[in-house]
Amino acid sequence: MSKAFSSEVDAGSREENASKQESEVPFRFNRNGASREYDVAVVGGGLLGSAIAWGLGRLGKSVAVLDEGDITKRASRANFALVWVQSKGLGMPAYTVWTVQASQAWGRLASELKQQTGLDVSLQQNGGFHLTLGEDEFGQRAELVKRMHNQTGAADYKMEMLPASEVKKALPLIGPEVSGGSFCPLDGHVNSLRTFRAFHTGFKAFGIDYLPERAVSAISKSGGEFRLTTPQGEVRASKIVLAAGNANQTLAPMVGLYAPMGPTRGQIVVTERTMPFLPHPLTTIRQTDEGTVMIGDSKEDELDDRALKHSVSAVMADRAQRMFPHLARLNVIRSWAGIRVMPQDGFPIYDQSETHPGAFVACCHSGVTLASNHAFEIARMVAQGALEPELVGAFSASRFGGAGAANDSGY
Amino acid sequence: MFKRSEQDKRPPVEIFVDGTAITAQQGDTVSAALLASGRDVRRSTAVSGAPRLPYCMMGVCFDCLVTIDGVGNRQGCLVPVAEGMQIEIQKGKREIGR
Repeated sequence: MSKAFSSEVDAGSREENASKQESEVPFRFNRNGASREYDVAVVGGGLLGSAIAWGLGRLGKSVAVLDEGDITKRASRANFALVWVQSKGLGMPAYTVWTVQASQAWGRLASELKQQTGLDVSLQQNGGFHLTLGEDEFGQRAELVKRMHNQTGAADYKMEMLPASEVKKALPLIGPEVSGGSFCPLDGHVNSLRTFRAFHTGFKAFGIDYLPERAVSAISKSGGEFRLTTPQGEVRASKIVLAAGNANQTLAPMVGLYAPMGPTRGQIVVTERTMPFLPHPLTTIRQTDEGTVMIGDSKEDELDDRALKHSVSAVMADRAQRMFPHLARLNVIRSWAGIRVMPQDGFPIYDQSETHPGAFVACCHSGVTLASNHAFEIARMVAQGALEPELVGAFSASRFGGAGAANDSGY
Repeated sequence: MFKRSEQDKRPPVEIFVDGTAITAQQGDTVSAALLASGRDVRRSTAVSGAPRLPYCMMGVCFDCLVTIDGVGNRQGCLVPVAEGMQIEIQKGKREIGR
């Protein structure tokens, strides 16, 4: 209790610092309303843009984050919060290496955020399960694990198939229909909303300017600086990072980049809080640090997030209670749909412009899992002015060859 | 804190709070009966463990959560008492099996 109180006091003093910064804002603008020039302008204040901006601030860069408003569709507030490894990267071995690196760097990110902001993001990385119902699903999953394992150049996920009797030792409350599942010791989860908040709290400590209601409508480059047009005036920066989720598709061509996106929708069902019963996260069920149970995660080919498809929620809830019959006793307290950011082939895009040097683009679906790489690696490469091909060369949009691609990534 | 009206002649109903017999009256909600019992009936919240009593008494605030006949997280203010009902003051989160 006393700890919670003191962290509230800390937050209050940070608010005061922030308002001091606000009062200085007029000095950053000249009579034409033009702002000062930043080292880097990050377009997009979601989890991806925030991680990169925070990482740049950590390296001492002057950074502006241009965001839309509070009611913007935002995958950063509509995700399942897994820090997930298993089953990702079939068809792109480099993605398995990148994912494992992110998983391993997450502990450092969580501890740096804790140290800086006092916020505990509740990272738990004790391995995760994908459970199967019935023998057919078990066989299909075993086949996938084999294909992942045989992929040349891929990182070793240490995934293994376990029969129900073995699963039961780790997850004692599974129901009789569970045939087994795959386990990956690298998997975990985190409180993603608190992570998002921690990045933004960190902005203040690093002196990063968070600029809401600044949807970018045009970008030009002259005399070695980028000029970004927003409804509230122009922002100037030596470098820019486009991290605007699905909007990257329209922003990227403004600076000679390409970011084909194929967004989808996902639905989640959330139960009331209950005593901890699920010691490991699953691909489709996890218990949050505060006790709610999240049941996911559908993938739908539509982009209206205002109404739910109850038939989809019903299937998810039914499967969840067949995996854990006790769940049937819990009340559902909310369910929601969110639009997911999705590059067209499902894999991340990190690229730099040849026509507009200093312009970078970053798109990905797994903004939670990859947050550590964005904060440490992508930020470092942007700061130094060039992406390193040995690290992220495989994620260049040149892989699309200028044309669209099918999404076979497994998402 | 709460006193029953002497003009209230509704028949008594016996319920049990954490195993102790309490006399409520027909038509009481569980929350009303708990408040009228004079006992310490504070629950503790699911995340911070802060103490709470029934508040809105009309189904809105969820501060009256209580375990009734083995089912956790019931809203005590919406459930009428019944003879022999077993009430448990809920400490923290509901258990998944009940």
